[in-house]
Amino acid sequence: MKELMYLPDVVTLSLCEDACNGCGMCIKVCPHDVFELSGKKAHIIRKDYCMECGACALNCQPNAIKVKSGVGCAAGIISGILNNSEPTCGCSDSTSTCC
Amino acid sequence: MKDSFLTGNVSISNSVVPLISTNIEFNDFLGAVMVRWGINRNNYRINPGLYAVGTPDKLSDVFVTANYKLSFDALRKNLSWVSGWILVLDTKGVNVWCAAGKGTFGTKELVNRIKLTSLERIVSHKRLILPQLGATGVAAHKVKEETGFNVHYGPVRAADIKRFISEGYRADKEMRRVTFGFKDRIKLIPNDFMYGKFYLLGALALLFLISGLSDKGISYRDFAGDGGPSILSVLLAYIAGIVITPMLLPYIPGRRFSFKGFYSGALVFIILFLLKLTGSNIFETLSWFLIITAISSFLAMNFTGSSTYTSLSGVKKEMKFSLPFQIGFALVGIILQVIGKLN
Repeated sequence: MKELMYLPDVVTLSLCEDACNGCGMCIKVCPHDVFELSGKKAHIIRKDYCMECGACALNCQPNAIKVKSGVGCAAGIISGILNNSEPTCGCSDSTSTCC
Repeated sequence: MKDSFLTGNVSISNSVVPLISTNIEFNDFLGAVMVRWGINRNNYRINPGLYAVGTPDKLSDVFVTANYKLSFDALRKNLSWVSGWILVLDTKGVNVWCAAGKGTFGTKELVNRIKLTSLERIVSHKRLILPQLGATGVAAHKVKEETGFNVHYGPVRAADIKRFISEGYRADKEMRRVTFGFKDRIKLIPNDFMYGKFYLLGALALLFLISGLSDKGISYRDFAGDGGPSILSVLLAYIAGIVITPMLLPYIPGRRFSFKGFYSGALVFIILFLLKLTGSNIFETLSWFLIITAISSFLAMNFTGSSTYTSLSGVKKEMKFSLPFQIGFALVGIILQVIGKLN
């Protein structure tokens, strides 16, 4: 099956290669193979496949990765606008449904 | 849903740990089908804490999961070949990935659960196996700092755990990558179908009301001529957005879900047009084109939340463009519908 890709050139992901310690954690946690390790540094090789889940940034010990993470969910964004809060798919409390 | 998966207890280091079965029974299957349809979905959970599978000892692996029963079932049915421990986090009954995004499957809860279960007294090693998708909520280096346990991110799918372990606790590219195949998409359809039911009922009611209008006033006697086709059109628009678009997702042109939904809606419109079910004049026909594509496009756009590859930035960009069109189409469509009926 062909791999699905969403909109190009919108993702907020960035990597500061100088700060990278080459641990490779970002590669292990990324669900879309966005990173690659070469020359003891991580590199972003498939940026447009990033879904901004934030796993890489959270697990980057030297804080070399920045991404504005959140739910890529239209219903969540609408409810965020209506409730004047961050986009949420309503997974946080026990009474509402999840994305 | 009683805890029929509990089969006994295991005593270790002065602790008693409930033993669980790795068999999925009819109950579990039925529960899964029901939650897919949104029944009991917010309460399909098990008690957080430590569980045992097989005959585990101090050296056995620890697998971490969420307390959504579907997640727990997916894990335990894939552990029939091994003895080990399952550490269930309190994610409020939400699956691993969604809960990780929310932070409930997170560093704090994991650290807390390790302490509550005195895990360091139960196993002599420091290795935790987490589902890879939990990484959105868990910072491995912080867990290490606070508890001494090393987080090993395993495969995305529990079915790959055996291979992950046999390959020396390494997940290859294929194990790490999230896919979104036909089966994955089909499973989500019932839930989205139920999620959109209020939109559906609202649209049905409104268009049924309009269907009774005529230049002679309002009447609902001609159901076969007016009300029936109206209901059919709205239902098919709904199906175009919630069923057809997800099913054919990779094959419908465009990257934006709203465009994909528009095309599915247009297809439904063409079918209805050929069947002469799109009204008796140009206003009604145009109105149905606008209404059907608006509904389908909007609902398809909502499927971004169920998909596994859309980013927040991307969905915002898509909505900024598409939402005004969807609202405009729907409003103009309704006005034309009324004009068409009174004509």
